[in-house]
Amino acid sequence: MSTLSGAAAIVGIGATAFSKASGRTELRLAAQCVRSAIADAGLSPSDVDGLVTFTMDTNSEIAVAREVGIPELSFFSRISYGGGAACATVQQAAMAVATGVASVVVCYRAFNERSGQRYGRVQAAAAQQPTSTGVDNGWHYPMGLGTPAATVAMFARRYMHEYGATSEDFGRVAVVDRKHAATNPHAWFHGRPITIEDHQSSRWIAEPLRLLDCCQESDGGVALVVTTTERARDLPHRPAVVRAAAQGSGADQYVMNSYYRPDITGLPEMGLVGRQLWGQSGLSPEDMSAAVLYDHFTPFVLVQLEELGFCKPGEAKDFIADGTLELDGRLPLNPHGGQLGEAYIHGMNGIAEAVRQLRGTAANQVAAVRNVLVTAGTGVPTSALVLSA
Amino acid sequence: MIRDVADQVIARGESSRRAAPDPVNVPMVRHWVEALGDRNPIYTDPVAAAASVHGGLVAPPAMVQVWTMFGLRCTRPADDPLGAMMSVLDEAGFTSVVATNCEQTYHRYLRPGEEVTVGARLTDVVGPKRTALGDGWFVTTVSTWYVGDEPVAEMLFRVLKFRPPAEEPVGDVLRPVVSLDTEFFWAGTRVGELRIQKCLACGEVRHPPGPMCPGCGSTELTHVVADGVGEIYSYVVHHHPPMPGKRLPFVVALVELAEGVRLLAELIDADPAEVRVGLPVRVDFQRIDDELTLPVWRVRS
Repeated sequence: MSTLSGAAAIVGIGATAFSKASGRTELRLAAQCVRSAIADAGLSPSDVDGLVTFTMDTNSEIAVAREVGIPELSFFSRISYGGGAACATVQQAAMAVATGVASVVVCYRAFNERSGQRYGRVQAAAAQQPTSTGVDNGWHYPMGLGTPAATVAMFARRYMHEYGATSEDFGRVAVVDRKHAATNPHAWFHGRPITIEDHQSSRWIAEPLRLLDCCQESDGGVALVVTTTERARDLPHRPAVVRAAAQGSGADQYVMNSYYRPDITGLPEMGLVGRQLWGQSGLSPEDMSAAVLYDHFTPFVLVQLEELGFCKPGEAKDFIADGTLELDGRLPLNPHGGQLGEAYIHGMNGIAEAVRQLRGTAANQVAAVRNVLVTAGTGVPTSALVLSA
Repeated sequence: MIRDVADQVIARGESSRRAAPDPVNVPMVRHWVEALGDRNPIYTDPVAAAASVHGGLVAPPAMVQVWTMFGLRCTRPADDPLGAMMSVLDEAGFTSVVATNCEQTYHRYLRPGEEVTVGARLTDVVGPKRTALGDGWFVTTVSTWYVGDEPVAEMLFRVLKFRPPAEEPVGDVLRPVVSLDTEFFWAGTRVGELRIQKCLACGEVRHPPGPMCPGCGSTELTHVVADGVGEIYSYVVHHHPPMPGKRLPFVVALVELAEGVRLLAELIDADPAEVRVGLPVRVDFQRIDDELTLPVWRVRS
């Protein structure tokens, strides 16, 4: 058993409204969600001594600390690779408080991803940065492969070819996400469920991906407060204990373009994360009360189920049949509606949902929640958590 | 297919006649002449009309089409020749339409109370023609209006059904970041060679290339010139959003080369519907400017 397992807990969650045009700076979104998370934890800004965010976040730790009134920081850290960072921010925070480097760490992510820079578009500047990643991008962007949807579509086509999965199989993920979002008042798509026919008639974005296979684009911010499990017992909410936290990068890894591995139907970096999660926690897939799986694009939800051990490679399409992912199913998926339904906050809103499920305060509360699996962005070096009551 | 359907429909001759929903009537005439600003009293003033050469009210001849217009909820009759041609051309991808000719001939004036019918026949289908709007077919029909069995007016109507041209690319192709480790590849495409990195120490070939052989750690690297033939391992048909320098939709294919490495490039001059995993392709080169030439795939027959 890892020394990290059980040492830290998420004790506060905070979020801004999720919108398509916040009308505020990203720094204001960050300050709002961080302050709200600290208040939710029953703490004050002066209790915080660590901040963690994504490399992609435009709000520096020092600017956030200034705005929120956090006086001193003994720990600050950033994680790379886009949405793959989400759960790793909590891992960083957990390691910091477990080792005494910091006592209270806030993880945050805030952006105007819809009204500002939209990740669904071609990011020419990022593509052409003078770094090793820029050189990597030279094998894809000039050839016309330069949007996240298209990069995932390349994997999805091969997955369909090898396993006989269909567009409808991908669509079932979107339908369940939107069903859950429909009854979550905080979700952008609250009250707007879709049918498999809606999915099948939605337009092509990058074949084989349709519009409804793609998550939305959102403005908003989410923050999470992490401290030791020991201290958590004295705070107002039931703690979400970090039973396992892992990062993973696979062999011959690229950012969204790991096309040169012997096989491209899997996400070996998520397989590596899964092995660590089960090893650290002593739990297995059957012990999960619910799963918040990163759903920027539906096909990778199926692949994650396979890599994390819920089913064998190629069998996710059968695993999710018969209501498995419904709120009363064997593995309730994204009870908040996921990033297709609630909002795209780079995976951080999914971690907040796992905390609510463990507290028993979720809009779509799953019965008797003990352990919740949360994953981060896929197609990139990634991360995941098992949070427990 | 288009020609066959056209010949069948032409051979069918005139469609069954469709009756106007209302007889020729003064209220509709009044609205029409008001809208057009036609103040000729023979259409609306019974006294002036009685004193005219017509001896009573008549309808404006140009209203002939008005009497038999499809209402909002009407559907075209099954044997309507224009509808039949529109469907077959839509299916073939000629989805846009523009009217090019409308020539009407009036044999006599219509009078209030007369009941009109109309029949239509397809007379001509010509194409495909290259036009400024796009490739398309000219479809000509002739409609005849009758009172009883007496033809009272005719109309030649010609439309161009055309394939809307693909969206023009916006912006320039995104340029690769080239390093000392990868320069050989881009120097190769400029001279029409697909160069694949090869380790001088262990002989391993590798794409994308890098500064050190991951197999043996050697930095003594060279390249081989690939034959440039392979099969599609996976592919994407990109529809949205626009990609700089590319014309939507386009196909990007990940190809497994005979040399055993995979390489990604645009598949050009291919119908997206015919692309599949396993499709044989060969490399070609697309010159962007003096500095940059991109590898592209073409279907290998």
